[in-house]
Amino acid sequence: MTALRDSFSIAVLFAIGVWSVAFVGDRSAAQNNDGAVLKQNSSTHVDLKKAPQKARERKNPFESDPQAALAGGKLFDQHCARCHGKKAGGTRYGVSLLNEEVQQATPGTLFWVLTNGVVRRGMPVWSKLPEPERWQIVTFLQSLAPQSLKTGTPDPVRR
Amino acid sequence: MQPGIRNKSVRGMVLHLITPLVCALFFLLSSFVRAQESPYIVTYNHYLEEPGSLEVEYFSTFGTQRGSGSNDFHAFWMEFEYGATAWWTTELYLDGQTTFNDSTVFTGFRFENRFRLLQHEHLVNPVLYIEYEQISAADKILKEVEGHDVESDYAESNAVLRSERDHELELKLLLSSTFKGWNVAVNPSTTKNLSPSEPWEFAYAIGASRPLALKALPNRCNFCLENFVAGVEMYGGLGDTQSAGLHNTSHYLAPVVAWNLPSDWTLRLSSGFGLNNNSHRLLLRWGVSREFSGFGEVVRRLFGGRT
Repeated sequence: MTALRDSFSIAVLFAIGVWSVAFVGDRSAAQNNDGAVLKQNSSTHVDLKKAPQKARERKNPFESDPQAALAGGKLFDQHCARCHGKKAGGTRYGVSLLNEEVQQATPGTLFWVLTNGVVRRGMPVWSKLPEPERWQIVTFLQSLAPQSLKTGTPDPVRR
Repeated sequence: MQPGIRNKSVRGMVLHLITPLVCALFFLLSSFVRAQESPYIVTYNHYLEEPGSLEVEYFSTFGTQRGSGSNDFHAFWMEFEYGATAWWTTELYLDGQTTFNDSTVFTGFRFENRFRLLQHEHLVNPVLYIEYEQISAADKILKEVEGHDVESDYAESNAVLRSERDHELELKLLLSSTFKGWNVAVNPSTTKNLSPSEPWEFAYAIGASRPLALKALPNRCNFCLENFVAGVEMYGGLGDTQSAGLHNTSHYLAPVVAWNLPSDWTLRLSSGFGLNNNSHRLLLRWGVSREFSGFGEVVRRLFGGRT
């Protein structure tokens, strides 16, 4: 009888789990999907504008360091590529990081968004990565900028 | 304990702890996508599962009993942790245990939810934890110490212990802060057995940890320091509404280490030491987990969700 009750309880929990994955997750994905549809629209990157002035002005300690960009590329592959795409061009789950708005953001702004995430749109906080690793990811992202957006920065690091 | 029984107990420990560990290691060193898990076994920090990812975890606890007639045990649990959104993680635990010279029993399940309360990172980040558990008194995973839990509670035989079934609601406030690579987490908690006569019980868990290297190397590696996180956690009971405090309960101090592999596997080790005579002398724990990114998308497709 106890085993039957346990099995029933686990079955109910499994059903709740499937429901939350299939529908709650779906709504969250739909929000991301909206983001993907709007990714060419500047409003998508409104969170970049939320970075406080002090955070925007922070300097990247690894700026133009090719080793840091390589390490950042490795970290991007491990933690970010599933949503933002292998080449950071965006997927239905995450916006493109190659567009002008992201590429022209200050390193401090990118670091702030990476640290705080965009929780209501499905991007988790990444402060669990140590600060130097987050700066390495910022270095990698900025190394992806097309030459036309750069002002005196070295060529992109290709891995 | 007689030498023969002790030898059987040691053989049992080898069978239960070492064999799965060797099997797990076999799978660990493969492919690439690194998880970034904390080393804590009992304490929670404020980081939730990534949205759409499923983490499957297996944990073992080997615990020693003090009394000469009492048997050591190996408790184990499976944990399925899913990131429903960036602010909500849901988990299902299935618990069991083997008491040496006694029997192996399934001891129940736990259904847990964690909710991130603030959108941005702050000096202290609060997460609300709500758990419903339906377990028997034979449950020995020691995922937390509650109220006046003491080592002698575990000395009874499985046949006696499993006849007592508990329905409990557990609430925790997970407070966590990360600064200069250090994570410090404090988890005050309260548990209510849903039987009306039972009091509210209180407990605590505190942890601190840090990666062994803060900067990543450019190349992929299994053994580089950035993949290891080490720390210490302390946990114990705080009595109940009728008798609150640090007395007549158990407390543990446990060094912990996690090895986050590029293959999305994480291995955790912990050696907990009882801090008073009410505690088990030793709680040796290890766990292995694997994160499946994009699991939510697969299930959504399966059940006809939007793609």
